[in-house]
Amino acid sequence: MSAEPTFDKASGSGVGTGSGGASGSGAGRASGSGGAARPDLPPAKAIRRAFSSPLASALVIAVTVLWTIPTVGLLVTSLRPKEDVVSSGWWEAFVHPDLGLENYRSVLFDNSFGTSGGLMPYLVNSIAIAIPATVFPLVLAAMAAYALAWVRFKGSDAVFFLIFALQVVPLQMSLVPLLRLFSGGAHLGSVTVIPALNLKDTYLPVWLTHTMFALPLAIFLLHNFIAQLPRDLMEAAVVDGASHFKIFRSIVLPLSAPALASFAIFQFLWVWNDLLVALTFAGGNPTVAPITSRLAQLSGSDSSHWELLSAGAFLSMIVPLAVFFALQRYFVRGLLAGSVKG
Amino acid sequence: MPTDSRLAGPALHLADSLWQDAALKFGNTAGAVLGFLGVLLAVFFAAGRATGRFSRPLAVVLMLGPAAVLLLTGLVVPLLRTVYLSFYDADAAKFVGGKNYGWAATSSPIHEVLLNTLLWLVIAPIAATGLGLLLALMVDRMRGQAVYKSLVFMPMAVSLVAASIIFKLVYESRGAGQNQVGLLSQLAVALGWDDPPNWILSQPLNNFLLMGVMVWVQTGFAMVVLSAAIKAIPDEITEAARLDGATGVRLFLHVTVPMIRTTLVVVLTTIMIITLKAFDIVRTMTGGNFGTQVLANEMYSQSFEQYNTGRGSALAVILFLAVAPLVVYNIALLRKERATR
Repeated sequence: MSAEPTFDKASGSGVGTGSGGASGSGAGRASGSGGAARPDLPPAKAIRRAFSSPLASALVIAVTVLWTIPTVGLLVTSLRPKEDVVSSGWWEAFVHPDLGLENYRSVLFDNSFGTSGGLMPYLVNSIAIAIPATVFPLVLAAMAAYALAWVRFKGSDAVFFLIFALQVVPLQMSLVPLLRLFSGGAHLGSVTVIPALNLKDTYLPVWLTHTMFALPLAIFLLHNFIAQLPRDLMEAAVVDGASHFKIFRSIVLPLSAPALASFAIFQFLWVWNDLLVALTFAGGNPTVAPITSRLAQLSGSDSSHWELLSAGAFLSMIVPLAVFFALQRYFVRGLLAGSVKG
Repeated sequence: MPTDSRLAGPALHLADSLWQDAALKFGNTAGAVLGFLGVLLAVFFAAGRATGRFSRPLAVVLMLGPAAVLLLTGLVVPLLRTVYLSFYDADAAKFVGGKNYGWAATSSPIHEVLLNTLLWLVIAPIAATGLGLLLALMVDRMRGQAVYKSLVFMPMAVSLVAASIIFKLVYESRGAGQNQVGLLSQLAVALGWDDPPNWILSQPLNNFLLMGVMVWVQTGFAMVVLSAAIKAIPDEITEAARLDGATGVRLFLHVTVPMIRTTLVVVLTTIMIITLKAFDIVRTMTGGNFGTQVLANEMYSQSFEQYNTGRGSALAVILFLAVAPLVVYNIALLRKERATR
């Protein structure tokens, strides 16, 4: 497959097969090989056979059930009336079913948790943060990756290696200086390099921080992909008189769509699920803070209201779960490629 | 969609203002994205007209420039600045030499933090990788394996905050005589333990319960990656081993494990890196109280709750020094693995 739509890093570890196994096509393949009872099994299957017995199957099922029950418990709790949640465990709902969406309405719109307007503003903030914080680094990294791969200049290899090396820096190393920069500006001695920007109550600090921290990984992954685009195509475009900007827009971007999609999904979920950047740069402020940040605060202070906390937590999970089940294949690739990020 | 009609008078008004607020925020966001793309397009259009010997440097500056500026202000300068701040006092006003590091090395609360972090670093990754490997081996020939894989892998999609809340409910505890609402307590009662402890408060058990959340999240990741690696082992190799008489568990230990050794270490180090940097679980479940504090959360507390920039920065540097070698090793292994396939 010459145009394997994935990151180099991810396909290298054979992830394509792995994610296939977790999607619909994998099920077909599994039952196919299971049904073919050939007398001489291929050796790879012999190993698996050694581990596949009724006992092994029972163990897998047990682990799967064990892994799923906590989430089910949260979902059931979020659907039960307040009185039931206080007086009995969620499993009682299977005996006395009385489920409804009242908690969700309450947690979204009422002044629950002492916040006017409930969690709705925070959910809106999550979306308003995650989309730009995905688009900005994606576009900027694609531009940088193209420049490093195809507009070679003296020292471009060194620059690429430097950016690659920046992946070792944990987010924690930047928080204090960035917060000071956003609130107080930057000064060299008595000279103001960047003035104090009044960015409080705007999304800008969160967008910028996510963009900055996505770049090393994004540039590295997209460079791997863009550098492998066919040289003939680029040279033909140059001969036709196309500028680098034209080549980037009309050749590089469309051809890199699969890699861009993988990274976009990974980055979107990373931002959506992030707590560290959110808490540092937005706190619990309803004008800008995302739902993760508010939930973390509520979990510490208000965990007696399980009917509300569970509904709030499940609300925050709907988007990532939808992405997960709809785009599992891309999700796995992006995740594997970027799992050490941050 | 929520049904506004069900809301009464004042609530209806509130709901209206909520939708207005949402519309305003989405408008701003769309404006920012479109403005960003518009400016880029305009610049590209203008710069694309440039010809001659300046066109090339111009392309480099315009395409690499924004990323370079952001990386310098967001990572390179802060990196140096954090190291610098770690040698200053709480307000970043007075040079104190290695005092902050001395505090980290000698104060007994920090010893507990470092010990907890070490426990996390060893136990959670090994448990998740081991369980993931076991599942990868066993799930392969099962009917409907896609379903099992999806369900075990699913926790990876949700935030650590949501995962923590899910398990906070599992570990929830009520006094004796009351109906238990947490699954763990209920299980204990069902097994004849009439008055189970308040799990989150019982030290040192609570540390392991918190690690359980990380294992819950990472096991699916380990399973999916290792399952792919096992499928990629060439048939000839296992065939040769089988002709030599290796079977079952011996075949696994002496053929499969060595063949996927690199992937196994990549998975292990990846989870170690995530574990070291994650502060979400501890923050959400205990806030670092009851003897559960870890380095990443202590760094956050010192910097943004105690407002002690010096100590916070020193802890960040320690975290960086712990993570950096793991990341370098991890990336080196990934490259090696890619080269051999």
